This record gives sequence, C-alpha cells and structure tokens, in this order.
Amino acid sequence: MAGTAAEWERRIAAVYREDRGRVLASLIRLLGDFDLAEEAVHDAFAAALDQWPKRGMPDSPWRWLVSAGRFKAIDRIRRRVRASAGEPELIRQYEEAAEAGEAEPEMLEDDSLRLIFTCCHPVLPPDAQIALTLREVGGLTTEEIASAYLAATPAIAQRIVRAKNRIRDAAVPYEVPGRDELPARLESVLRVIYLIFNEGYSAHHGDALIRADLTGEAIRLGRLLTDLLPDPEALGLLALMLLNESRSAARTARDGEMVLLPDQDRSRWDRAKIAEGCALLSRAYATGEIGSYGLQAAIAAEHATADTAENTNWARIVALYDLLLLADPSPVVELNRAAAIAVRDGPAAGLPLIDELLARRGLANYHLAFAVRADLYRQLGRVGEARADYRLALKLTQQQPERRFIERRLAELDDGPLPAKS
Amino acid sequence: MKYACLVYVDPAMMDALSKEEGIALTDASIEHDQDLRQRGHLIYAQALQAPETAVTVRIRNGKMSSTDGPFAETKEFLAGFMLIEARDLNEAIQLASMAPMARFTIEVRPFLELTHS
Repeated sequence: MAGTAAEWERRIAAVYREDRGRVLASLIRLLGDFDLAEEAVHDAFAAALDQWPKRGMPDSPWRWLVSAGRFKAIDRIRRRVRASAGEPELIRQYEEAAEAGEAEPEMLEDDSLRLIFTCCHPVLPPDAQIALTLREVGGLTTEEIASAYLAATPAIAQRIVRAKNRIRDAAVPYEVPGRDELPARLESVLRVIYLIFNEGYSAHHGDALIRADLTGEAIRLGRLLTDLLPDPEALGLLALMLLNESRSAARTARDGEMVLLPDQDRSRWDRAKIAEGCALLSRAYATGEIGSYGLQAAIAAEHATADTAENTNWARIVALYDLLLLADPSPVVELNRAAAIAVRDGPAAGLPLIDELLARRGLANYHLAFAVRADLYRQLGRVGEARADYRLALKLTQQQPERRFIERRLAELDDGPLPAKS
Repeated sequence: MKYACLVYVDPAMMDALSKEEGIALTDASIEHDQDLRQRGHLIYAQALQAPETAVTVRIRNGKMSSTDGPFAETKEFLAGFMLIEARDLNEAIQLASMAPMARFTIEVRPFLELTHS
C-alpha cells in the first residue's frame, strides 16, 4: 500500500481530529456506556493504525471505526463476563452491545446530536454540562479544559466522572428530544455553547491566549449544531458569536489595553466573519421566527455593518432592544437599551433610565451599570458624579483591562472635563 | 500524557483475602497489564515487596543516614505502580478504575517533566 508509516500516522491523526466525536457518539449509542465507548474509540483507532497501512483507507473511515470499535468492545465485555463470576450488569452490557446490530446510516447521522443533548441534559449541573460538552463533543482533554477555565485538573476530572455517573444513574436516554421537549432542551444546549463562548470572549481573568481557544471551540460547536439542526435560535447564536468574534482583533490596542466599540479601528474587523454572521442571520429571519439570540445577533449586525460609530442606526438598535426586552427581559438588556437611547437622544435622556434601573437594585453590584452612568455624567460635564460612579465601578470589577480602562477615564477627568453636551 | 497509578493497599483488606482470592488477583493483574500493554497504554508496571523490606535513605548536614522501613508510617502502603500513557486525566482515571487492584486504592498522578536550565 502507498505511504510510509509516518504518512499513515498523519492521515489517521487527521481522521482522529475530524471524526473522533461522531465515532464516539455512535459507539455510546451502540454500547450504552460512555466509558466503554471511549475505550472502544481508542481501540478502533489503534486497529486503524495496524490495518489501514496494509489494506488501504476504507471508503468510509468513520463507519469502519464505529464497526471496529463495536467489535473490540463486544470482545472486551465477553472476556470480562468470563473473568467475572457472572456479574449481571456485565452480562446485560454484553447482550445490549451484541444485539445493537449493525449501525444504520440514518441513526449514525443523528448520533452527534444525541451526544450534544445528553451532555447538556438538565439532570447535570451547568458546570458539568460545560465540561462534558467540551470533552466529549469538542474533544478537548481534561487538562485543556482545566487550563482554559483556570481550574485544577483533578476538579475538572471529578466533575466529568460525576457527570457520567449521573447520566448512568438517572438512566438519561441517549436521544434527540421529541418535539414537545425540544425547545427547552435546545435552550440548554445553546446556553452551554454561549457560556463557553463568553468565557473565552470576556477573559474574566488570566491568560487571554488560552482562552481564545474557547471562543473558537464554541463557534465550532455552533457550526456542528446548525449543520445538524438548523433551528432559528441555533442560527442566531452562531451569527451572534461570529459577529462578536469579528471584532476581537480591534478590541485590544497594541499595548494590550481595552478599546470600546465607538473607538475601534473598523478596518481591523474580520469582514468574512461579519458576512457569514449576516448570512446566518438572514437564514434565521427567513424561518419567520426570531428569538433572543437572533435579536442579539441583529443588534451586533447593526454595529458590524455601520462604517463609522456615528453612522450607526441607533434608532433601529433601540427598536431591537425593545423587542429583546419582550423576548428575554433582564436588567442587563434594560441597561444596554438605556445606553442605546443615550446615544440616540443624548446623554440626558439615558440618565433617568439608568437611575431608575439602579433604584431597582438588580444591578447594584454590576460594575458596567456604574461605568455607563459615569460616562453619561462625563459627557454632561458633571465631573464629580462621573468620578464617584467610576470609583464605584472600579470597586466592583476584578477584570484587569476594565480596571485600567476606568482608571484612565478617571485620570482624564482630573485633566479637565469634556465640553458639556446636552 | 503520562501518568503514574500508585496502588496503595490496606494490610487488613489484603489479609482478609483467601489464598485463592490472592492468586486470582495476581493473575487478573498480570492479564490487565498485558491488556494495557497491547492497547498501547502501558509504559511499565511493577509490584513491590512488603514495606518491611524498605530502607529509607536521607542526607542531612552532608551525612547519609538510613533507617529500616518505609519513610511514612501510614496505614496503607505502596504495593506497586503502573506507568501509563493516556489521552487525558479522565482516560487515566478510567484505565486505573479497570485495574483489579482498584479494589484497594489507586492514586493517579501526572508525570512532571523536569527541564534542565
């Protein structure tokens, strides 16, 4: 057969990166057990390394691997049954795996979706959903997840072990939820993907470089999901992530400092991501349904397609925030809406909205609420109040880039206020 | 990634095994090692003689001293270890959990690669 051992290793490594997730997804269904399926994936790739160089690459490497993994696993359980004194759990596993039959193609296609829904199942706590999705669907190692979340590896490992036990104990069915259950279950999948994205995007703490991988991983998961299930909100979420991610190069100045949206160099925005995000948004609109993610993407698209901050269609953005408040009301959405109104109608129009929001207390510990109000005071030339709010904001955040940004604003106020706007 | 799986044994639990159970456990452990090796996971596996056979060595103030017995007087003793290759910590945990000796206690620790300055 053609190819040196090194070439075959490279080829099989490429198949591993591409197909490991769906091979695992199918084997979990056929074997009814996460751990057994993971062993089978390992064995299937080991068998590929042994056999493909001799016999050539199979037509469908993915199906070959599923089939090889299944046989290896059945073999393995048979030996365990023989070694054990007739443990009923093992015998049940063996019978299930042996009877599962050949993998039917249409079942195979859906297995990745089954795996996503199982990893994001509501019996698992949110932290466990995230860790399990990153490892089982995303193919990240425990160590990579731990370093991305700045957590101790043993803690993440335990979370994954417990999550798998929980799935087994609660007998979570390995399936795509039925029509009646789908919206709620999909929401939890979308939330997990968006949490992963935001963890990488907001860089709460620590190493920005490692964490950038999380945004890439979330986008990959979003693509996988929209390929399998082109639901309007799944399309909306992927659009939102791409549109936000398109600004990533412009969000930080060369000295590492944070740059706010109006001050960003728009030539550094990623046009390809913006175009893809807008196209996805059109697909979401075309379904005739629009939800919270779709609306957030629509707002992001307004910013992304404006050639300057001044030429942004703020009236439309305010209208989209009004819709978003209906779809998914929250104090943070209200704050963003108030900030948009302040741009559309002037800082004096935004101020009472934010005062009223802060009086309701839901945002009393949210640093951005004070930073936004401080900025409005600053624009109005009310320096003392601006300074007091920036100081409060500073007390409420640990994020270093944000702290430095607020400190810069405070220093500018000391140099003299802006000319007052009404 | 490489991991050490350190097998700790409670002597009371070990003593509770019948002779046949002890033999079966040894056979199963050897088979498990072979299986791990065949699947490309095993770097090395080794059982150790009883802690009474240990000598502990240390240098203090430039002088070597040695004492009989293990360094730490704990209820459980180190009975053997496996050095394994696994994709990540969760795979290492899974492999350790399949070992017959997991009926005692197995501590899984990642290798620390030292680099010369």
